[in-house]
Amino acid sequence: MRALVWHGKQDIRCDNVPDPRIEQPRDAIIKVTSCAICGSDLHLYDNFMPGMKNGDIMGHETMGIVEEVGPDCRGLKKGDRVVIPFTIICGDCDQCKRGNFSVCERSNRNKDMADKVFGHTTAGLFGYTHLTGGYPGGQAEYLRVPFADKTHIKVPQSLTDEQVLFLSDIFPTGWQAAVQCDIQPEDTVAIWGCGPVGQMAIRSAILLGARQVIAIDCVPERLSMAAAGGATTINFETESTVERLNELTKGKGPEKCIDCVGLEAHATATLDSIYDRAKQAVMLETDRPHVLREMMYVCRPAGVLSIPGVYGGLVDKIPFGMAMNKGLTFRMGQTHVNRWSDDLLRRIEQGQIDPSFVITHRIGLEQGPEMYKTFRDKLDSCIKVVIRP
Amino acid sequence: MRRADRTLGVARGLGWFSIGLGVVELLAPRALARGLGLRGQEGLIAGYGAREIATGIGILASRDPTPWIWGRVAGDALDLGTLATGLGRRRGGAGVALAAVAGVTLLDVLCARALSSRRERQPVRSFADRRGMPKTPGQMRGAASDFEVPKDFRIPEALRPWTSAA
Repeated sequence: MRALVWHGKQDIRCDNVPDPRIEQPRDAIIKVTSCAICGSDLHLYDNFMPGMKNGDIMGHETMGIVEEVGPDCRGLKKGDRVVIPFTIICGDCDQCKRGNFSVCERSNRNKDMADKVFGHTTAGLFGYTHLTGGYPGGQAEYLRVPFADKTHIKVPQSLTDEQVLFLSDIFPTGWQAAVQCDIQPEDTVAIWGCGPVGQMAIRSAILLGARQVIAIDCVPERLSMAAAGGATTINFETESTVERLNELTKGKGPEKCIDCVGLEAHATATLDSIYDRAKQAVMLETDRPHVLREMMYVCRPAGVLSIPGVYGGLVDKIPFGMAMNKGLTFRMGQTHVNRWSDDLLRRIEQGQIDPSFVITHRIGLEQGPEMYKTFRDKLDSCIKVVIRP
Repeated sequence: MRRADRTLGVARGLGWFSIGLGVVELLAPRALARGLGLRGQEGLIAGYGAREIATGIGILASRDPTPWIWGRVAGDALDLGTLATGLGRRRGGAGVALAAVAGVTLLDVLCARALSSRRERQPVRSFADRRGMPKTPGQMRGAASDFEVPKDFRIPEALRPWTSAA
């Protein structure tokens, strides 16, 4: 089969690789009908995430038709149409039973490595670092799904691929980011980053009833999409984020702040980001945490910082004293996709939201390598890429 | 190789050149001052070295090096002005250095202009019609109020002093 394969920093190719096969009794094989490139794939593309190996298949936003099931894969049969969450879940461990699916205790096949690096393992993820299992991803013609009897979302034929594909990651991720804020009707929610997750977080915050949503970015087309979703926008290249946020909140700061940027904050926009980039270049730091610093500074005391943006390792110069004295609450983590998927699927079916609004590019697998670069460099007004293998 | 990639390649080359030149200026300002007929200007040369290194890092670290390359052009102007002061001295290679810097300045200007025009050519699409919701955001505000925030995701009452809802 053909797949998008990681060969090193900024080197992704469309290769022919062996077809996946059933390896465990709870596995399933799906024929991929649609998949997408995610912002967190770019962290792998730029080699900021440790634990990638030459030959790894990319992709963790995938859906398709069940082609084959293992003998213990109950509740799923050939021909079922499914979206595959990016987090692999066993459904049986203590964390899964609590709904903390992204920290499933059993799905990471490299548990020993994760225990050493993280202290305790987290869930296995598709198309990601070997710290999270190194499972082949879904930017391919076929995908092997471990624990497939639990790791799936069945979707009805009445909805198109594009309407439901993002249940795999960005929609529940934006939703969880907003839910982590426990939004109240009086709240101002400030959202850094208007990429796909930021766009979903904006609409989630509106649906959950935030009085004011403010979106911060520097890419005009992303800001225009954010405004369409109901956000007041701040272009940090032309205005001061801190001054504008204070102005829009009568000097008090937003109650809730969401970081949809993560470890690759704009490297040249601020002095602290330039400093971070220099430290990254000499391997003294892995992540550029400018957004975290800015959120801690501008957030209203006793406010909440919600962090769906991906961080990979070590950050430097975090003003933790400021955060402590202001009594800020931090909520973060990979998304517990299956915890929200039924509710979100219902909202899509009811027409409350159509997540396909975010798609700007539709391509085949062969165009994938070039599109990674286009998406990374925000060229051609690229916000979200859907691939039809 | 596409033209845009070539221009970025030249920019990266200038970035490494900046760092290399900066290191030499920083580590050997006396030798340079002697050779260029600029005795007494060692501190200034070392300062220029620091500037070159900072510019080089900026070029290599940024996705869009355009402003940094224009920064190099400004630095070239400073270099040319400083070298010109050494022209009248009997000993020193200020003339040769001036010619070399003039050549690099030309390359910097061409690269900066190519990068700037590349920036300007990028069309900006508006997505003002991409609402993703059936009605206006004002009408959709609170449409998911039937959603009950799970207990483990709620903010403790004690941490909600600002809202009347608390």
